[in-house]
Amino acid sequence: MESFHTLTAIAAPLPGANIDTDIIFPARFLLITAKRGLRRYAFYEWRYAADGAPIAEFVLNRPAYQGAEILVAGDNFGCGSSREQACWTLRDAGIRAVISTSFGEIFRANCCKNGIVPVTVSPEVLQALLDDAARGEVLTVDLESQVVVRSNSERIGFLLEGWRREALLNGWDEVDLILNSSTAAIAAHEARARRASPWLFEGD
Amino acid sequence: MASTLYEKLWAAHEVEASPDGVSLLYIDRSLIHEVSSPQAFEGLRAAGRGVRRPQAHLAVADHAVPTRDRGRPIADPLAREQVALLAANAKAFHIRHLGLHDPRQGIVHVIGPELGFTLPGMTLVCGDSHTSTHGAFGALAFGIGASECECVLATQTLRQTRAKTLRLRITGALGLGVTAKDLTLSVVAALGATGGVGYAIEYCGETVDGLSMEGRMTLCNMSIEAGARMGLIAPDETTFAYLKGRPMAPAGASWDAAVEAWRALRSDASAVFDRTLDLDAGAIAPRVTWGTSPDQSAPVTGAAPDPAQAASEADRRKIARALDYMGLAPGERLEGLAIDNVFIGSCTNGRIEDLRAAAGVARRGRVDARVTAIVVPGSGAVKRQAEAEGLDRIFREAGFEWRDPGCSLCVAMNNDRLEPGKRCASTSNRNFEGRQGIGARTHLMSPAMAAAAALAGHITDVRQASR
Repeated sequence: MESFHTLTAIAAPLPGANIDTDIIFPARFLLITAKRGLRRYAFYEWRYAADGAPIAEFVLNRPAYQGAEILVAGDNFGCGSSREQACWTLRDAGIRAVISTSFGEIFRANCCKNGIVPVTVSPEVLQALLDDAARGEVLTVDLESQVVVRSNSERIGFLLEGWRREALLNGWDEVDLILNSSTAAIAAHEARARRASPWLFEGD
Repeated sequence: MASTLYEKLWAAHEVEASPDGVSLLYIDRSLIHEVSSPQAFEGLRAAGRGVRRPQAHLAVADHAVPTRDRGRPIADPLAREQVALLAANAKAFHIRHLGLHDPRQGIVHVIGPELGFTLPGMTLVCGDSHTSTHGAFGALAFGIGASECECVLATQTLRQTRAKTLRLRITGALGLGVTAKDLTLSVVAALGATGGVGYAIEYCGETVDGLSMEGRMTLCNMSIEAGARMGLIAPDETTFAYLKGRPMAPAGASWDAAVEAWRALRSDASAVFDRTLDLDAGAIAPRVTWGTSPDQSAPVTGAAPDPAQAASEADRRKIARALDYMGLAPGERLEGLAIDNVFIGSCTNGRIEDLRAAAGVARRGRVDARVTAIVVPGSGAVKRQAEAEGLDRIFREAGFEWRDPGCSLCVAMNNDRLEPGKRCASTSNRNFEGRQGIGARTHLMSPAMAAAAALAGHITDVRQASR
């Protein structure tokens, strides 16, 4: 996974609560089995009219937000379906950080596996950051210090669980980590579980 | 120390624990479908990794499969390739796979329980948010992304942060015509779309005790719509009776030992939950969603809200946007709203009990001439059972289409899709914008309510229709 330290970038505002992963990546594109090259499907129904023409007002179509690497979004961003395509399409579209008051939990976990930092802030802070983004001001997301820095230099702290933060800072692949450090513990657990619940291992 | 059911399940699966509540959790089993697995298998290949315990997984295609013309190859080349890729990956990694023509094929969350693959006390995951369904058996079950699917295939573990616990106690008798679906829509409305974020919900109380396994699965299924990745119900005699004799459930002495262990799977009387909430089932009417988030619902006798009355500007905007998408006026009554389509099925309401309830209404009339209504059984087993009971005949004679099992119009990834602007009475779980097709308008409700809407041609109170 690509590591993340600090990023100063244009932030696109997406106010409105409950932007679900069906909106981020519509279901009909889920037939595509590739993980890369999904950029054009991000927010497809919001970005393109039925005839395929870009909808000029949609924030990610506006010239000022070309090159945006941060999304500032309404409450419960990424709720709904577990589809990781929602993260792949955002990452492919250049997004490295998403800021909201809360996230769909599976989406949030998926972000952390794909080099995207989920930043949780209070409703008041979110409103301030939405306003900043609407004015086209850049934001800085500093994962090392766990702060968002506004263009007026105000620093806003946020928290990410230690293990997720470390993985993002170092670009670690979680499967490698587990295989390298925990294989013996997994085998020991399996031996215990086989004795305690042998019916779960029938057929192994 | 007294523990909740969630804490017991968590502790029993900790491979490595840390004081901050982050543990490496052992995953006993996983269900695999065609949409969230290709990239996981590709990841294994790219890293030269194998599957740690092939027997711990069960693969089946459900999302992309057509629900008719199963005798022919899948028409859509992308869907055909995706379904074929699942079969090829399962074969390459020695994972059990139920093909499109296997009589056991069906929606992951329907077949897991009916095969006895889902059992109390286990951890179970799937690259699908409605994996919360399996919590109805007292299993710690949650949806994950494709990267986590890969992690489970390779290591049989996941690193997880322990959830907070929410006890939702439901008491009182459900009224006539009121079902588990109405209960879960009420729960989601009470908690809101984010009320369950960070929590594992344990449902308990006399109403839950009285529910069948089908009803309990419906209840746990939609926990995710309140933001909770997990719903849980302590296993009891109803659970054991459902599981006994299922093909993949333990048998003989193994069954007896399992049941004895499963009896301990309940929250201790003095266990402390992070949050508790009580709900009176007797006060619940059949419910219908009016908006584009599953928490936006009202009793069928009610109306869409008026954004002008909203508590905050943010709420006003949220309601106004939803009403605009749904083509509803502020304060518009739900009863009488003309519908174009009816969908009966999904991992929420595609089980035999759901089809019985819908058929019970369908037998009293004919589908309105303006309405297209489809019934999609949750699995091959559900379909055969329904046909043995003559339900398919009731549906067909009433003018419903009787289809083959799959996710169908719940996710509209296959060729079952609604036209823009069409209004659908649906027994599925999500009324998101575009969920059933671009611009389609979804009203979530129970199977009996959806069947009643099909006959009436508009949303109607099944309690009135029953008289």
